[in-house]
Amino acid sequence: MLLITCPHCGTRDQSEFTYGGEAHISRPANSETMTDAQWAEFVFMRNNPKGVWAERWMHASGCRKWFNAVRDTSTDRFLAVYKIGEPRPNVTAAGLATPSGEPVIGSGNDAAKVMR
Amino acid sequence: MQRFRLHQGGLIDRSRPVHFTFDGRSYEGYTGDTLASALLANGVHMIARSFKYHRPRGILGAGSEDPAGLVQVGANANETDPNMRATEVEIFDGLETFSQNCWPSLSFDIGAVNDLVWRWLPAGFYYKTFMGPPANWMFFEPLIRRAAGLGKAPEGKDPDRYESQNRHCDVLVAGGGPSGLMAALTAARSGARVILSEETPLLGGRLNALDPSETSINGKTPREWVAACEAELAKLPNVTVLTRTCAFGYYADNFVALAQIEQDHLAPAARDAARPRQRLWRIRAKEVVLATGATERPLVFHGNDRPGIMLASAAETYLHRYGVKAGNRAVVFTNNNGAWGSAFALAKAGVQIVAIVDARPAPEEALMRQAASLGIPVHPHATIVDTRGQFRVKTAVVRRLDGHRGVSGEATVINCDLIAVSGGWSPNAALFSQSRGKLRFDAGLPGFRPGPSWQAERSAGAANGAMKLADCLAEGAAAGADAATKSGFAGTNPAAYTLQQPDAPSYNGIATWQLPSGRSASSTRAFVDLQNDVQAKDLKLAVQEGYASVEHAKRYTTTGMGTDQGKTVGINAFGILADELGKSMQEVGVTTYRQPFKPITFGALAGQHGGALYAPRRTTPMHDWHESHGAVFEPVGEWLRAQVYTRPGETFASALQREARTARTSVGVLDASTLGKIDIRGKDAREFLNRVYSNAWLKLAPGRCRYGLMLKEDGMVFDDGVTACLAEDHFHMTTTTGGAARVLNWLEEYLQTEWTDLEVYLTSVTEQWAVAAIGGPKAAEVVAAVADKFNPNPGNFPFMSFREATAGGIPARIFRISFTGELSYEINVPASYGLALWERVMAAGDKYKITAYGTEAMHLLRAEKGFIIVGQDTDGTVAPDDLRMPGMAKTSADFIGRRSLTRADTVRKDRKQLVGLLTEDPSVVLMEGAHIIATAVEPVERPAPALGHVTSSYKSPNLNRSIALALVKGGGELIGKTVYVSRKGADPIHATVVETDFMKQVGSHS
Repeated sequence: MLLITCPHCGTRDQSEFTYGGEAHISRPANSETMTDAQWAEFVFMRNNPKGVWAERWMHASGCRKWFNAVRDTSTDRFLAVYKIGEPRPNVTAAGLATPSGEPVIGSGNDAAKVMR
Repeated sequence: MQRFRLHQGGLIDRSRPVHFTFDGRSYEGYTGDTLASALLANGVHMIARSFKYHRPRGILGAGSEDPAGLVQVGANANETDPNMRATEVEIFDGLETFSQNCWPSLSFDIGAVNDLVWRWLPAGFYYKTFMGPPANWMFFEPLIRRAAGLGKAPEGKDPDRYESQNRHCDVLVAGGGPSGLMAALTAARSGARVILSEETPLLGGRLNALDPSETSINGKTPREWVAACEAELAKLPNVTVLTRTCAFGYYADNFVALAQIEQDHLAPAARDAARPRQRLWRIRAKEVVLATGATERPLVFHGNDRPGIMLASAAETYLHRYGVKAGNRAVVFTNNNGAWGSAFALAKAGVQIVAIVDARPAPEEALMRQAASLGIPVHPHATIVDTRGQFRVKTAVVRRLDGHRGVSGEATVINCDLIAVSGGWSPNAALFSQSRGKLRFDAGLPGFRPGPSWQAERSAGAANGAMKLADCLAEGAAAGADAATKSGFAGTNPAAYTLQQPDAPSYNGIATWQLPSGRSASSTRAFVDLQNDVQAKDLKLAVQEGYASVEHAKRYTTTGMGTDQGKTVGINAFGILADELGKSMQEVGVTTYRQPFKPITFGALAGQHGGALYAPRRTTPMHDWHESHGAVFEPVGEWLRAQVYTRPGETFASALQREARTARTSVGVLDASTLGKIDIRGKDAREFLNRVYSNAWLKLAPGRCRYGLMLKEDGMVFDDGVTACLAEDHFHMTTTTGGAARVLNWLEEYLQTEWTDLEVYLTSVTEQWAVAAIGGPKAAEVVAAVADKFNPNPGNFPFMSFREATAGGIPARIFRISFTGELSYEINVPASYGLALWERVMAAGDKYKITAYGTEAMHLLRAEKGFIIVGQDTDGTVAPDDLRMPGMAKTSADFIGRRSLTRADTVRKDRKQLVGLLTEDPSVVLMEGAHIIATAVEPVERPAPALGHVTSSYKSPNLNRSIALALVKGGGELIGKTVYVSRKGADPIHATVVETDFMKQVGSHS
């Protein structure tokens, strides 16, 4: 179970939070002029990177505020949390890159279970 | 008569004998014995049969690593525990244990026929045999499951209590051996909050298996030193010591799960019913010390699986910890110096060591001299090539190794009743690996040991590859100091100690993953996994058949996949694979260690969350009334709602028919308190509603209500409900019972993340209001009597409007809305007045024979009127037009999901649409979920092409026939046509497609 730092309340257990998927996707104001494909891009399509990305969380059992976080999906490590409306901080994951693009330790990559 | 019990020694309580049974036979042991040590004291070695070949299995280890000494504990069907390790079960008076996986008995087991046909049960047997037609699998699978199995699962309700507990600490120490004790002492003295968990009943670990006359720490015997540590830790308020507690799971951010045995080891009469049987500890630790020790490895040689073949360290443990000789004539077989010490210890206790067989070309001179002085014959550079003995080893056959993976010279046949084996030691790195640390191959061990840490943890002692006691104590103290310092107790120094010990030779092992037998590879039966019957040749076969990765070879052969998690298996298997693949150990690597480290009961994981505490239950203020009036309850979301009220002599079905009839012919009342209610305020509240509902809201006047549909951005129906305008900037929204939390989150999400410019405040008021929904021809009369000075007549109080009023002085909000099509009123009062209101309604309705009705009648009544239930008639793929409800999508402004309503897929003509179905035979009630097809006969094609399915179906008392709602492809175009509803074992049912409002078209309700 992860520890997550709410930018309003501090560090709490993951069980207090709900997940909200990719961050920084704005609802289009001009949907009427969009093609089906463009609209579908907004409604259905999300990135799913192995590595660093920005995502949304809500402190459901706490202040109930939404916030954004930068997390490395290959290690589950949170690199930054910030309030809604604030720009995404420029942070990168620590650790050495492997050929698969993952850190040597901390990742679930079976190929890197043993130090070589 | 404990024939193999020494006259003295051991940490058992000889003043307290214990009587227990194994397979119905009574034995005596002592308090402090495990089942394994007590059986060994009685000369019993064979206790089980293996999983696949049903080969006799004995006791290999002395703790949780033991692979195959599994027994069934307890005779009561609802309390019995299968697959318990005899090496861990503590005995008490009256304990009943049984062998498993054998029939009719352990010594005469029919299933052992599998062992005669072993050549035809190779690795990957399942995969190979069942690549054929599925029918083969259906036939063979149950037979094989019955033959190859483990213990019996308990039946019925678990009578025991379990608890779980959360705890934060500064330093968690996993393992209470010498390293763990030093770590815990060091950290505890700094003031840090320390939790020390030890898997076994006793602190001390390997110290308990040492000859107490040879080693001293701080001038004390090992046991005295452990007792002194324990006493010091017990006095410190910042320390929790948990014995019989296994740290079994290491998760993210130093979250570690421990399973504690609280009462399993006590005789039933000594158990405290107020305390749980087992406890799950969920620990969040700032720093963790892993002092989980090491496990000795067996050697892989032909015939290595007979009872009486035991790890050398286990034989030493039985000797010093339990005062038990594991045999009288022992062969010690090793590839390292450690087992020589075991041999000398056994010899000192009176066990005749008939041979030391060492696979190394030149064992150390000092050891050879000591063996010679004790008269022990030594076979250097040799191996055991065969063993005999049906239920217990009787002979070992020894030959010299030729240095080229073969054997040479004459065979020496040695009579013995014990073979103590040692293939070196493997650090217990399971928790470290679970923490996502990476292992490192250490050729000096040889074995895998922890590499760099990923989380805030460090390994110490044998778990870190330190095999000498002095190093374990030093590493433990250093790890404790490091952990305390990093958790905020700066300047913590390692605890000091002095150690006196005879000069032990360094452990000095070599890698021998498999030993030659002089036989062909295919006829060599050298077991790697004693529980799952995996042999060296199976791993070789897997490589030949192309399984080059350890993960694949493991699964193909089931190596290490038993309940023992392969604790004695791993590195031997990886070594054999490395040899076969011609790769280094680093290249081959290890399989993934997963939680749990050892089997944990479901009870411990479930904790208190069983029975009534399984999930939170919410009840309405009127709950007690429902309960005392025959209510049958159903869970809806977290709520318990009355489903139907059965009166004396009524069945569920007849009560339902009465309730639904009365609600249309006179008056009925429903407890609607569970409906989600959200108070919406703010100057932009109206604009907000207009954006979240698909229909128009800008013109709703104060005092008026409106039904609304909420969509997701994909255009599909998400929730519905009636919202009232209380004032220009104040609304009262209702949602479905199950959707209340979902809808509130949804609205909050949009306010916080998309429309941050809107000034709107949302408050959940679901539990602030109790609601009685009164409906039927006499509803106005009842409401007039319930409310004070209030005229509910339709002329004065129009449909879809709202008034503030009082009812017997209780402040109330009255809504004229209807979910049944009848004249209906929903009276909301502050929740604490709920029961008073309800009783007032029942009293006022008495002269009209008012009935309380439950959710079942509510569902039926609304279906008669063709009203939908979101989640029953919709399933996340239904758009407003699919419901054929006109006017639910405004064109005047944007709203959530609007653009999706014009997507090509949403405007398809053949989408499934909601229609009514009337069966040709009015007495036939369709099954909800039944498929609707286009032909009167079942098509041959499989799966049969379906037009849609039945979503709601009832026997209607008011229409005197069956009715159903269904989602049907292009349903709107099919009105008046016949469709066919599929059923099992009979021809499809004929039904006519109709509009959904059955009251309107079937009409004449009496």
